[in-house]
Formats: sequence, C-alpha cells, structure tokens
Amino acid sequence: MTTTAPIIDTSNTLPRRFSLFALGGSVAISLSVFILAGFTSEDGIPNFFGVGVLAFIFYMVISFIASRAVEGRRKAADRMVTGWVTAAFTLALVPLTSLIWTVFSNGLNRMDITFFTNSMRNVLGEGGGAYHAIIGTLELTGIATAIALPLGILTAIYLVEYGRGRLKNAVTFFIDVMTGIPSIVAGLFAFSLFLILFGPASAINGMAGAVSLAVLMTPVVTRATEEMLKIVPNELREASYALGVPKYLTILKVVIPTALAGIATGVIIAIARVIGETAPLLLAAGFTTSVNFNPLEEKMMTLPVFVYTSYAIQGTDAQSYVDRAWAGALTLMLIVMVLNLIARIISRIFSPKF
Amino acid sequence: MTSMGDKAKVKARVGDIVFSRLARFSGIGILVILAAVAFFLFLQGLPALLPGADFVGKADNPLSYVAPYIFGTVYSSIIALLIATPLAVGIALYISHFADRRFSQVIGYIIDLLAAIPSVVFGLWGILILAPFLNPTYVWLSENLNWIPLFEGQVSATGRTMLTAGIVLAIMVLPIMSALIREVFLQTPRLHEEAALALGATRWEMIKMAVLPFGRPGIISSMMLGLGRALGETMAVALVLSPASIVNFALLTSQNSNTIAANIALDFPEAGGDYRSLLIATGLMLFLITMIVNMIARYVISRRAAFSGAN
Repeated sequence: MTTTAPIIDTSNTLPRRFSLFALGGSVAISLSVFILAGFTSEDGIPNFFGVGVLAFIFYMVISFIASRAVEGRRKAADRMVTGWVTAAFTLALVPLTSLIWTVFSNGLNRMDITFFTNSMRNVLGEGGGAYHAIIGTLELTGIATAIALPLGILTAIYLVEYGRGRLKNAVTFFIDVMTGIPSIVAGLFAFSLFLILFGPASAINGMAGAVSLAVLMTPVVTRATEEMLKIVPNELREASYALGVPKYLTILKVVIPTALAGIATGVIIAIARVIGETAPLLLAAGFTTSVNFNPLEEKMMTLPVFVYTSYAIQGTDAQSYVDRAWAGALTLMLIVMVLNLIARIISRIFSPKF
Repeated sequence: MTSMGDKAKVKARVGDIVFSRLARFSGIGILVILAAVAFFLFLQGLPALLPGADFVGKADNPLSYVAPYIFGTVYSSIIALLIATPLAVGIALYISHFADRRFSQVIGYIIDLLAAIPSVVFGLWGILILAPFLNPTYVWLSENLNWIPLFEGQVSATGRTMLTAGIVLAIMVLPIMSALIREVFLQTPRLHEEAALALGATRWEMIKMAVLPFGRPGIISSMMLGLGRALGETMAVALVLSPASIVNFALLTSQNSNTIAANIALDFPEAGGDYRSLLIATGLMLFLITMIVNMIARYVISRRAAFSGAN
C-alpha cells in the first residue's frame, strides 16, 4: 500500500509564530515612522492611536505579501479577513476604554459628600451638588416603572396567553414600532399631553417626564416578558389545566413564577436604559437648581439633565461646572452598571433549569 | 397556546374574565398610546403649519426651516452607518467564528456594556475627549486632501464637525448592530459550515459560502435598526455638533447641518408660541421617518422569521 500525501501540506505554511513577529515588526516600523516624521506631541510622545492604525496597515501588507508568496492566494485572503475581524474588535474596545477611563478619572474629582447632599440652589461657583437631581431621577424612574411594569407585563401576557388574530398581530407590530420611537419624540408627546391637561403655566413637571419615560420603557418590558413567557414549557400549563386550575390562576401561579427571573432581568435592564435618558426629561421635566419632591408641580431636575445643563450652561468658574458634569456622568454610569450587574446575577442564579 | 378543548364548555369564572380583559386592554392600550403620540404631536404642531403662524424671526416657512435638519439627520446617520457596518460585521464574526467560546462570552458582555452607557455621557466624552483628539487629523486632512469635496472648506478649530458626530453615532449604534448580527451568524446551520470546511475551504471561504449568505437579511435589518437609532439620537449630537441651519456636505467644517432631534433639544427650552409648535411639528416628522425605517427593518426580519435576531 502506498502512502498518500498528507492532506495538510505543512511545507507550504508560514511558521506558527509568523503573525506575532509580523505584528511586532509592524508596530516597530510604525513607531519609528511617527517619531522620524515628527508626528508627536510637544513632549515627543507619538499619537498611539495613529501608531496603531499605521501598524495595522503595515501588518496587513506584510502578512499578505508573505502569505501570498508562501501559502497561496486563498490562505492570504484568509489572513486578511482574520486581521480585519480582529482589528474591528480591538477598535471597538478603544472608545469603550477611553470613555470609562475619562469618566472615572474626571468624575472622581467631585465624588464627595457635598455632591450627594447639596443641591445647586444659590451655587454660582465651586461646591454644590446633584442631590436635587438624584431625588428627581429616583422619583421619575420609580413612577415610570410603576406605569410601565403592569402595562408591559399584561401586554406580554395578552400576546402569549390570550392574543390571536388581527389584534395580536397589530399589537406585536406596534410594540416593535414603539421600541423605535426616538426618545425626544416621547418627550414632545408628554409635553404636548400635559400642556393640554395642566395648561401652559405648569405643563413642565416631574409627572410629564415620568410619562415620557414610561412610553420608552413599556415596549422594552413587553418584549423581555414576552420572550420569557414563550419559553415556559407548554406541559406546565397543560398539567395545571388538567388539575382543573382556571386559566388566570395558571398564569399567575405557574407561568409567571417560572418566568419570574427572566422578567425581573428584563425589567431591570429596561430601568437601566431609561434612567440615562436625557432628551425627553429636558423637554418634559425641565431643569431647576432646587430640590423638588412633588412630581405634580414645578420643574424637576434629573441626573442626565444635570450632566447636560452643567456642561451646556456654564456659569462663572466654568471648570467647577465641568467637574460637576463629569461627577454626574460617573454617578449615572455607576447606577447603570450596578443595575446591569444585578440583572446578570438574577438571571444567572434564578434562571429556570429545565 | 390555548389548547383547551373547544367542545367542553368551561364555566366562565369571574377571575378569568377580569384577567383576560385586563390583558386585552393593556394590549389595546399600546395601540392607544401610539395613536396618542401621533395625535398630540399633530395637535400641538398644527398651529405652525397654518398660514399666518409667527415664528418670531426664527423661520420663514415650516418646509424651508426643516429641510436642512432633515438633511443633517439623514447625513449624520448615513455616515454613522458607513463606519459602523463593517466594524459590526467584523465584531460579530470575531465573536461567532474566531474567538474561543469562553472568551467570546466575555467580549459579548463588554460590547453590551457599550449599549448601556447613557447618550449624554457619550456626548460629554465626544466633545471633551474625542473632538480635540481628532482635530489634528482634520487639520491634516484639510491641508493635504482638500481636493476631495468632502474635506473642503474652512477646517473647524474645535473638532466639533459632522465627521465627529458621525463617529460618535457609529460608536453608539455599534453594540446593537453587532449583537443582532452575532445572533444571526451563530444560527448558521452547523452542517453548512462543516460541509464547507470538509471540502477544504479556509475559514474565510467557509464564512463567504455559508455564514454570509445565511446572515445577509440579519445584516440588512441590523443596519436599518442602527439607522433608526442614529436618526433619533439627540443628546450626543446636540453636544458634539457645532450646528448651523444650512445644507452642507463638507465633513470638517464648523458649519454643519444640525439634526432634527438635536435642534429640538437645543431650541425647545427657550421656545414659545408658534415656534414651539414648529419644533413639535419637526418632532412629528422625525417620528414618521424613524417609524418608516423601523417598519422596513421589521419587514426584512419577518420575511425570514426563523432567525429573527431582534428577539
């Protein structure tokens, strides 16, 4: 019996460490190009992002030529795609890292007790805080959740358990449409509604902001709940019916508890999404420097709007305004991250195990 | 899912009736809310469209007022999409077919983290970090490549240009797009992939033959969803762009066509009377534009509902 040639011909491949060496070489060349050409800041430090981009181009050229010569056209194309895909991923991490780094390093300047216990009333320069904005954010998000939660979950129950025919299709479709409502449109809607309900003098109040948030939140809650109800096995429902349990009790005592962890996760992610909404609150809830506990009267400050107005409407001593904007951004991001973390933990611990 | 026998006449219970009505009314409530959004915007925007509306010198007539903003909205979103799509496809491929499974799960979390960052934080970062960072590149581009029409004009001194706004929008839509595309790519039939590899295809050839054809509707619908998101994005653009009320294709100047949403956010707090109605009318227009874009996206997804990645 003659031996057949091996399927993978190792004589025609580049060494395994080739990519590593090519990358190292490209970075070295690119770095020296930047330094020799003088594309550096005043203290001689080259622009690292630029170095990275140029190194990537060098790497692609080097590995294409080498691979084309040794391995052939097909493998060369494969290497190009691997390079592009890895670069796309690395590139996506750059803004994320930069963003988290700047928010933390700038935000920590003003993460002091004053920031969390003082409002901006009568503050013109340094000091002051976001107490009024934190109160507003907690209240408005709470009210929005109180509106969106029952509405969203009941709609999902309708879609999965009861709905049929044209109405079901229409609701499914318009939930999708509602997901795509630009947040500022929700704000305009709440403003227009409250202009008619409360009159022009007091149209802008906390409640209007909460309504606009609820409009944005409901479809997200519905979608998440719907997905969770769909994966509850039908056997559970049928077993319950077989025992003579009425349908509404089956839903309340069997279906919902099974899907509860998933629903809770979805709700928390929905809260995390609306808690950072700025535009609708800017229009519907307005902005103020004072503490206001009453959502039905007067304007109400919220954390995202605090970040925006601190930057956009700077007073004398501009730096202290910018510092407060960063501190507000950091607070907001910490809240969002903690909410996401809680959602992940809930879904990991309580997810139904079938 | 209701598979109870139709013949057996079950005695109607009060709880059943109340609960099913409640659920049904909630479903109808969704339709009512959407109708109310359109209705109230129309009601409040109408005075601006009637003859004799007084815009206190801010605008001559509604159409010529909104035209540059429509252009700015569409233009900035298209720039964002041109940047984000190849990156999103790359990231989705990396996670679904290149990285090992445990690593790719971690990456998925990291990319999702980008989606959770509030837009006002993106705006702050865009104006204070990204714009100054990019500006030297803009100066270089306008000095050396100003024969390209897109780079012509007086270069901005701050970096708050259309291109920066497009880049910020691209970063913001990237997580949604890559998450959707990744889900579709992961659902490529395993047998197709293995068949391609068994024929001796390289990984790229396998992707070209099996994954991309299967995932094309997913890519298109993710683009539409990303477009819908970018069209309606407000605060990041309001902070980053140095706005003007003109139609301008140039990417690097400080005279940029503002977007509808950012224009509302900037002008609304101080607006009153007919001008405020005009802003609300532009909001209604934005609502209609995004609704059409989203409907097209949903239509493309629903044609191949088997892998509707949006769920």
